[in-house]
Amino acid sequence: MTVSRPWRIGLRTLALAYLGALLFVPVGLVFYRTFEHGIAAVWASITTPAAIHAFQLTLTVTAIAVPLNTVFGIVMALALARGRWRGKGIVNALIDLPFAVSPIVIGLSLVLVYGIHGWLGPALTKAGVQVIFSVPGIVLATIFVSLPFVVREVTPVLKEIGDEQEQAAATLGAGAWTTFRRVTLPSIRWGVAYGVVLSVARCIGEFGAVSVVSGKIAGETDTLTLLVEKRFSNFDLAGAYAASALLALIALGTLLVMTMIKPRREEGDA
Amino acid sequence: MSATAVTVPARRAERSFGALGLGVSTLWLSLIVLLPLSAVVVHGLDGGLGAFWDAVTSRQAIAALRFTVLVSLATVAINVVGGTLIAWVLVRDRFPGKRIVNALIDLPFALPTIVAGLVLLTLYGQRSPLGLDIAFTQAAVLLALLFVTLPFVIRSVQPVLIELDTEMEQAALSLGAANATIFRRIVLPNLVPAILSGAALAFARAIGEFGSIVLISGNIPFKTQVSSVYVFNLIESDAPISAAAVSTVLLLVSLVVLLAIRGLGRWGARHDR
Repeated sequence: MTVSRPWRIGLRTLALAYLGALLFVPVGLVFYRTFEHGIAAVWASITTPAAIHAFQLTLTVTAIAVPLNTVFGIVMALALARGRWRGKGIVNALIDLPFAVSPIVIGLSLVLVYGIHGWLGPALTKAGVQVIFSVPGIVLATIFVSLPFVVREVTPVLKEIGDEQEQAAATLGAGAWTTFRRVTLPSIRWGVAYGVVLSVARCIGEFGAVSVVSGKIAGETDTLTLLVEKRFSNFDLAGAYAASALLALIALGTLLVMTMIKPRREEGDA
Repeated sequence: MSATAVTVPARRAERSFGALGLGVSTLWLSLIVLLPLSAVVVHGLDGGLGAFWDAVTSRQAIAALRFTVLVSLATVAINVVGGTLIAWVLVRDRFPGKRIVNALIDLPFALPTIVAGLVLLTLYGQRSPLGLDIAFTQAAVLLALLFVTLPFVIRSVQPVLIELDTEMEQAALSLGAANATIFRRIVLPNLVPAILSGAALAFARAIGEFGSIVLISGNIPFKTQVSSVYVFNLIESDAPISAAAVSTVLLLVSLVVLLAIRGLGRWGARHDR
């Protein structure tokens, strides 16, 4: 298909116009609106005690959720790529549920298990543990929504590299752990890294599920995304823009890391 | 011979290690995902089938679900055309800044949804510098969904288009086929599985989307209210059983779409051969 030059330029213009109207111009405008009254106001707005607490909470939740899902992701990917077991097809399909289910349904599901009237509510109340409208609920919601990323990035890499090297290591007397650490892990590390980056972005950015379970207590259970909504609803538009710009910068940083990892991941670097 | 002697115990150890890992990770999946989701279905049916049916078929629930499905279908339709076009331009065209554009395509995945909503309100809301105020309309919901689902079709079509051999196209060209014919008869059939799986992913995402819609939709019942926001209102107004009932329907839609995606994947793999 050799498209003539005018056609090619036409299609290119159309594609870029669509992307511009939907993505580039609005995102650019947010940065403009954020900084139009100077950087000092923005700095003041993202260093209020409430904002700092929200930022810390977001990072804490991410720091708990991502390592747990990374370990789960690698183990599950190994089981899916290497193992033969009954129910594999079903488990493989169920792993994608967090991608397909609405975040609001996810939040509700946690309330129905861990809330006061939930399945585990009475037992938790007796034990003096509060999950819903508290940090543990936010952690659970975040783990839920970011669960599939590492599995989905690592499984295809494992299938691609095959198990010949692992078998060779075993033949040479390496134990399962040594084989994993010295042979498998080095060849999947960029896949793992890519999955981790995607997980981090999702954990920092999660809004729907967290907004159901958090209770939005200022200085306690407000995450950065919840702060954006709260400021917007309280007509603190400049404050909402400042927090959004911070989140958008984190997102752009994520993209940068993704583009740096991508070629290495695709090389299957061994 | 001695090699096999070493392999056997190592293999056995690996197998038990694998079994333990599989057990723990399946338990993790069950506790984090499956137990809570089953609570939704059980609570939805808590008040009996009658109450479930009433909650699901209330006028507002039906209107919200209808609008959600229709706007999601519109989103998918635009994505199929726009996404394929953008993928084609990114693969077959050359222009300065292409790499940056290509990297930024993923921005809607990395950007928090609430920020996406605010971003769109900035250009298309009351303070729009273009005077294009579409906030609190159905078009605004469509716009938000187009934003968050942008990468799906593009990212699914792009690799297939890169791999696609241009020899077939050249052969068709040498036999005198017009570009439109080549696209319709050669390029498009090769892309169909990828387009469909991208479309299904976009549909699943659109049906459940909340964060980007909540600010821009205005949440007007019977007009701009989508199902996820409706469920959120039910939770806030302390109607967990109705919320769970409507959520069960949404969950069912998600499951069907997931199965469709898996089916498409298999069909695509067979189509490849």
